Amino acid sequence: MSLTTSTTPLLEARNVHGGYGAMNILNGVDMSLYAHEVGVIVGPNGAGKSTMLKAIFGLLNVNQGDILLNGEPIHNLASNKLVERGMGFVPQEKNVFPSLTVKENLEMGAYLKPHNVKRMLEQVYAFFPPLVEKRHQPAGELSGGQRQMVAMGRALMAEPSLLLLDEPTAGLSPLYMNEIFDRVKQINAAGVGILMVEQNARQALAIADKGFVLAAGQNRFTDTGAALLADPDVAKSFLGG
Amino acid sequence: MSDSTNTRNPAYTPKDATPERRFPVREVVLFGTLLVAILAVYGLMGAAYSTRMLVEAACYAILALGLTIQWGYAGQFNAGVMGFVALGGFCAMLFSVPVNDAFWGTELPGELGRVLLYGLAATLVVVGATRLDRLGVPKKLRTLIAVVLAVVLYLVVISLLRDVTSQIQAQAGFVGGFGLPAWTGWIVGGALAGGVGYLIGHVCLGLRSDYLAIATLGIAEIIKAFLKNSDWLTRGTATVSPLPWPTPGPAELGFTLSRALYLSITAVVIAVIFFLLHRAYHAPWGRMIRAIRDNEVSAAAMGKDINKRRLEIFVLGCILMGLGGGILGTFNSLFDPQGYLPLNHTFLVLVMVILGGPGNNLGTIFGAVAVYIIWIMSEPLALFLMQLIVSVGESTFGWDAPNNMDSRALQARVLVIGMLITLVLRFAPKGLLPEKITHHG
Amino acid sequence: MNELIFFINNVVIAGSVTGSIYAIGAIGVTLIFSIMRFAHFAHADMMTFGAFMVLLLTTLFPAAGASMGIPTALLMLPVAMLLTALLAVGIDKAFYKPLRAHGVKPIVLVIGSLGVTLMLQGLIRLFAGTGGQSLYVDDRKEIFRIAVPFEGVRAPIVITEPQIYLFVITLVAVVALHLFLNRSRLGKAMRAMSDNPELAQASGINTNTIVAVTWVIAGSLAAIAGTLLALDVTFKPDLSFFLLLPIFAAAIVGGVGHPYGAIAGGFVVGFAETLAVFNWNVLLRPFQDSFPAWLELPSNLAFVGTEYKIVVPFFILVAILVWRPTGLFKGKVI
Repeated sequence: MSLTTSTTPLLEARNVHGGYGAMNILNGVDMSLYAHEVGVIVGPNGAGKSTMLKAIFGLLNVNQGDILLNGEPIHNLASNKLVERGMGFVPQEKNVFPSLTVKENLEMGAYLKPHNVKRMLEQVYAFFPPLVEKRHQPAGELSGGQRQMVAMGRALMAEPSLLLLDEPTAGLSPLYMNEIFDRVKQINAAGVGILMVEQNARQALAIADKGFVLAAGQNRFTDTGAALLADPDVAKSFLGG
Repeated sequence: MSDSTNTRNPAYTPKDATPERRFPVREVVLFGTLLVAILAVYGLMGAAYSTRMLVEAACYAILALGLTIQWGYAGQFNAGVMGFVALGGFCAMLFSVPVNDAFWGTELPGELGRVLLYGLAATLVVVGATRLDRLGVPKKLRTLIAVVLAVVLYLVVISLLRDVTSQIQAQAGFVGGFGLPAWTGWIVGGALAGGVGYLIGHVCLGLRSDYLAIATLGIAEIIKAFLKNSDWLTRGTATVSPLPWPTPGPAELGFTLSRALYLSITAVVIAVIFFLLHRAYHAPWGRMIRAIRDNEVSAAAMGKDINKRRLEIFVLGCILMGLGGGILGTFNSLFDPQGYLPLNHTFLVLVMVILGGPGNNLGTIFGAVAVYIIWIMSEPLALFLMQLIVSVGESTFGWDAPNNMDSRALQARVLVIGMLITLVLRFAPKGLLPEKITHHG
Repeated sequence: MNELIFFINNVVIAGSVTGSIYAIGAIGVTLIFSIMRFAHFAHADMMTFGAFMVLLLTTLFPAAGASMGIPTALLMLPVAMLLTALLAVGIDKAFYKPLRAHGVKPIVLVIGSLGVTLMLQGLIRLFAGTGGQSLYVDDRKEIFRIAVPFEGVRAPIVITEPQIYLFVITLVAVVALHLFLNRSRLGKAMRAMSDNPELAQASGINTNTIVAVTWVIAGSLAAIAGTLLALDVTFKPDLSFFLLLPIFAAAIVGGVGHPYGAIAGGFVVGFAETLAVFNWNVLLRPFQDSFPAWLELPSNLAFVGTEYKIVVPFFILVAILVWRPTGLFKGKVI
């Protein structure tokens, strides 16, 4: 048995139990994701999708189980430490600093790598061209789709190896939704592992290398995105027929 | 591990306060210790001194009950207890002090009444002006008219008032009292404090709780400034004394007996308050109040009454503070606006409540009496310690101590009260006798 | 004209002086609020502490400033700022941080800060006594009388040396704060945390560092405000609650969590106070002849007597809470 680093998953979760305070919302979730993959978590409301993302990012208590980043245990590390280790997180709501300008928002993303700011700003502006002309405007004045770009741009500024996205297309028009999914694929192609929670399950699974269907805080189905889309059980129970 | 026992989210239902049926060991031990302490004070300091201390402690217990329902029942923090206490003391003075013929026998009451009527009329005019937009006046013009009218009329009325009050001061000294029994003043004091509390609460209770603290702190200083500088009404720094007691005074019965009689009156008042609060706490009203405190969001889902309930509890607490202030003022037999200090009348009460157990009436009373005894006893102790330090310093280091050491020594008590507050918040946030909340499950 | 000079001396200059002091105090309160979300009641006593440190140092080295041609107190101000900043950080570590770690409601922190207020008051008065003392120990307070080149004007514009220092230092402090918040990485992180603490942490910002920086800034500004106040009048250890109300009113008027709003609020409250105690009779008297005969102006036309000065910030506070609780500049939190 020779394990090389390339076979170590970027992110691995084993039997994770956790939630707010003593109450568990997650009752044993397993996950593994490699650096070249897009992972998508889907499931009904209250299944613990966002909770799992927050547990990975150290925002709530993991009462049992392990979470490993590149093979190293990371649970119960504060989120700013996880950023140092290459994790990026884009929350669903309140995902920008409303009174800071777009440029300042992006700069905050590179807070730990101040020497990168200039180079990364150029990359992010090239990636999200609509942000260029808005760069001196407070982020609170932008539209929902533009905010999502700022939020993703902010997370990318730190050059993460793993990006966690919490419902990046929630509340966006279909046009913006496709735009965001395209961007997600591009980011992944550039070598960033992606794990996202999505309500728009079909579209998300279509771009997913791995899909995790959660229900009641546990894995229900885990397979490639295409396989899950093709599975009649998944379709019937979780994709609305 | 079964989740149902310890994962019950307290946010969902108001906590049930049915007391556990158990022998109250903690209460018995604490009150037993308190009794021993009281007896020790009696032995050391004599009956007259100790009874005075107990009466004052009882008055503070009323203040503390007022604060415990605001802070303990409802989570509202009142940083201006002093102001409400001073209002109570003022009313006790105004109602019980003998009638001043030098004032009432002249044309001055009529003139004062006339100015007050002008003030009322001016207020009505300004309020009317703010409604002008209903007659079709543009809103901006209405605001302008209202503000200009308010400024001009205010200046007119305040000038007239300054005239008449300086005449009163020159001719009659001050307006004097009404010569009524002291308890009428206590009741009116409670009502007045409640009224001021209503106004403050009306403005602040819908906002962050910090704002209530700031506003009450401010109103307390304003009430004090008003009482201190309105010489025509309160004799200001010249103070008013004696204030007649509702019971036979020391001249008739001697110190100990008269004070004991007064103590029994206060004890009855406390017993009545205690009984009524106990009833209210366990009534649906009390449950609702605690539900609001424990989870505003889910309580808000019950309807928009939340601010009304909060206002009720705040006003009720202020009434108790006014009442207690009145009883305390009459007992001191002296009305001295400068004697009202944030330390003695706000923070001391705060320590009593958070140390005794916010929301627990029995704990609050325990805290009031215990803290007051420590407070009273700390004064000679602080002076003694300071003298010790000074004498050691002078003899060993040839230190030339400043001559105001005594007043500085008393500042050490400020330090101790501050430390008590922070330490209790950190290490015993529920107090010595916590509010009893039984969890089902 | 003489009346106008009187107005300038008693309202324009006095209002600017009070306004500057309130503004610097209110910036600290508002910064603390925007980062830690509680009203810091011990702020006025931090100001007193800063001034007391200056007094202490000036008493120890009374002649130090003479060689440089400035009052010793001014020379000692940076040291006092440092000490007060250390005190603020220490207080946070000892008293507020454990409460925050327990996840208490903000109002409990308010009560904790009242406890700290009392401790500071007790300590300062234990050592400094309760009387007023001048910060000019060895130096002399210069008073400048600027004659106005107009016909028939006898009264000069009067401004004192500490008042000039006060305006200069206020300006420097405000510009420095502006540059810090908008240009420096740490300052931007502070604004970010005030906007959204969770997202700030998710960006890798160490929120503990930001909290400490906030206390350093608030403590230093408190030392400046306290010292400038004590230089202008005298060092008084018992001003606490009288300073607290106008400072909070200024912060709330400006919109809590809004540093520029706090500056504006400070001047609003400062000028409102001086305008309210100003005797308007002085300005109206020259026009007495043009009034109808039946209108006799009372000799005292001030809105409130100086003894009721504290009513003014309270009135402003209540008015703003009733009509616009977010403040003039739309503060973050109600």
